[in-house]
Amino acid sequence: MNARRPYIRPMTRWYLRDPFFIEYMAHEGTAVFVWLFALELLAGLVCLALGEAAWNGFLAWLGWLPARLANGLILLMLLYHGITWFLILPRTIPPVRVGHARVPGWVLSGAGMLAMVAASAALAVGAAWLAQGGL
Amino acid sequence: MKPQTKTVAVLRYRPEQDTEPFWQEYEVPFADDTSVLAALNYIKDELDGTLSFRWSCRQAICGSCGFMIAGKPRLACKSFLREFPGKVTVEALAHFPIERDLVVVMDDFIAKIERVKPWLMPREERSPDAGEYRQTPQEMSLYEQFAGCINCGLCYAACPQVGLNPDFLGPAAIALLHRYNLDSRDGGSEARKQLINAEVGVFNCTAVGYCSAVCPKMVDPANAVNVNKMNSARDYFFRFLPRPGNKGDCQ
Ligand code: SF4
Ligand code: FES
Repeated sequence: MNARRPYIRPMTRWYLRDPFFIEYMAHEGTAVFVWLFALELLAGLVCLALGEAAWNGFLAWLGWLPARLANGLILLMLLYHGITWFLILPRTIPPVRVGHARVPGWVLSGAGMLAMVAASAALAVGAAWLAQGGL
Repeated sequence: MKPQTKTVAVLRYRPEQDTEPFWQEYEVPFADDTSVLAALNYIKDELDGTLSFRWSCRQAICGSCGFMIAGKPRLACKSFLREFPGKVTVEALAHFPIERDLVVVMDDFIAKIERVKPWLMPREERSPDAGEYRQTPQEMSLYEQFAGCINCGLCYAACPQVGLNPDFLGPAAIALLHRYNLDSRDGGSEARKQLINAEVGVFNCTAVGYCSAVCPKMVDPANAVNVNKMNSARDYFFRFLPRPGNKGDCQ
């Protein structure tokens, strides 16, 4: 008789088993907010195409307090998504070398985050300039 | 002076009498240098000879003492009782079937390792008179990290995708595959390609990244998996273009 009787443990609620998994679910979950923001941008674009009345409606929506709070939340979630995205970046791209030396992961993550900040700043400055009537 | 002791809780499973695993606690005397492996050996020698677990080298080389220690995949010989406040739990590696107590069934893991053809398939056949296959330190540095794997299985216990889909090739096997593909002496990438592209190949990975965090040898299997996602996608979209040159040529 075969006495072997391997026991297979269930995977139920695996995502709560380890803080690492909880954080993983959290940063993947923030992708929903990226989607929401994309929808909002798209709505803005459609309103712009529809004419002045629609566009003013969109502006009114942006000024509405609950919408402002929602956008504030979206901004926080996007920041979290961006930061965690750059934190795992070194694990997902081929090793970067300068000469023979391999660039450490934290440098790649840091460079990515700096680029994110720089791009956002450039966008904000450009938008402000346009709003002042530049061009 | 009485030595200080710590409670070590071990998940027991004896297939001939238990229907499911249960926790059993032992009081183990310990000092600063008592590893979890030493504690298990103390239990086995002094308290309960029926406890089963694998070990060999005691120096993080053989890869046989991987367990869930305080809930995380770790090597017992590389973990010390002093690191854990309060009681320490020791359980068989997650995502592997439990054979008995802390011993898991490794058959499927070994089969996956074998499936990636983890040997050098010479890029050019040459006779012994032609001399050895030579390699520069730079060519070696491309794959060295992935050659450090000790087959401990910690990364499989860290990977929820392995647990959810046992057919997934998994981190260590893909890291080993990558190790040979990156070797300038090897010409077997084509033969290994199907495994990578398969649904249970690299695309089963959702980039949790815990495998690399728990690896005791800094292999970074998550990097091997994700770089192969890129390679696989590139092969698919640019399959009509000429192939890149020799490994190590382009940095
Ligand atoms: S890749 Fe690391 S964690 Fe996985 S089996 Fe090899 S040594 Fe162990
Ligand atoms: S006993 Fe060999 S790795 Fe721990």
